[in-house]
Amino acid sequence: MEGIAVAQPANPEASPWLGVAASAAAQSRNNIFEMSRQAENAVIDPRDPGGFASGWRHAVAARIAILNALPDLAAHYLADVTDPALRGLADPNAAGRDDRERSVITFMDRVATQPRAVQAEEIEGLKAAGVAEADIVRLCELNAFMSYQCRVLAGLAALKGASA
Amino acid sequence: MSRIVHRFTRNVPDWQPRVTPVDLAKASPEQLDALKVTPSNTKVSDYVLVLAHDPETLNVRSPLFNGIMYDPGGLSRAERELGAIGASVVNRCIYCAAVHAARHAQLSKDTAVTDELFANGEKARLGPRDQAIFDYSVKLSQSPPAVTEADTARLREAGLDEAEIVDLILSTALFGWANRLMHILGDPVRKDG
Repeated sequence: MEGIAVAQPANPEASPWLGVAASAAAQSRNNIFEMSRQAENAVIDPRDPGGFASGWRHAVAARIAILNALPDLAAHYLADVTDPALRGLADPNAAGRDDRERSVITFMDRVATQPRAVQAEEIEGLKAAGVAEADIVRLCELNAFMSYQCRVLAGLAALKGASA
Repeated sequence: MSRIVHRFTRNVPDWQPRVTPVDLAKASPEQLDALKVTPSNTKVSDYVLVLAHDPETLNVRSPLFNGIMYDPGGLSRAERELGAIGASVVNRCIYCAAVHAARHAQLSKDTAVTDELFANGEKARLGPRDQAIFDYSVKLSQSPPAVTEADTARLREAGLDEAEIVDLILSTALFGWANRLMHILGDPVRKDG
């Protein structure tokens, strides 16, 4: 049986959804993968990025991919990031370059890896650090989308292997 | 005294935002479009008004959500809800778990499955097919996701075909997304009265 050709593209700039959409099992849900690609654009390269520019979003998306043990997906998000300071943020050991960014990075790691433990005080902490309310929502959507993408790719990778 | 709900329940609570919802009277055209507000439909939940701070994402997320949970074919509606509940149990999103447990009970005309899930969480004992689906959704929802080829093989042994497995992956992953909005941006609170 034909397996699913999941992401992990030879060309890291290629959309991770392309390999998924080309696979046999996922054919019936190609509309879902097309909408998923649009969602990726909305959180990674939005028309209105608010307080977090596209380069920063790419780096943090790569960080979340690494936290989810998906290094090839991280490479996809880092392919266009040339600023070394931004690339550094993709390293889960990097804490951020100033107090505000440290607050934001701590929050993003918590939402990515321990969402059940996140408390109301942590949202208040972001506000106190000077993060606008609209940006708090944007950060959560970026994080939440990455959680979705990482799990779709991890699940399809385990499906591909099992059908071999 | 706190009205925050900490235990899993099928009684859907209210949701109290931690971020100020968008004021409809001051919403931009893009926000109104994403909110699908029309002269005959002006009732919008606080949750959606909070998400309207990022209208571009809200606009693509709503049809994606509906497609994954309701498009015909593949995994049954109730079993997609089971994937959603597995994620919500791992992420302890009381609100999402309540909505989707209530929907599961309604679709399957049975409350025994969600009673057991809420009593025993990740250790719940279910019938073989439900057990395989729930266990898979719990593993996929871990951080990092913990599914392996052996977990896929277990779904096949329980009778799921390739298309059904794709749908389970999608519905579970979608709630990794939804839980990180609902559980992070607000609190589930007891309804007044």
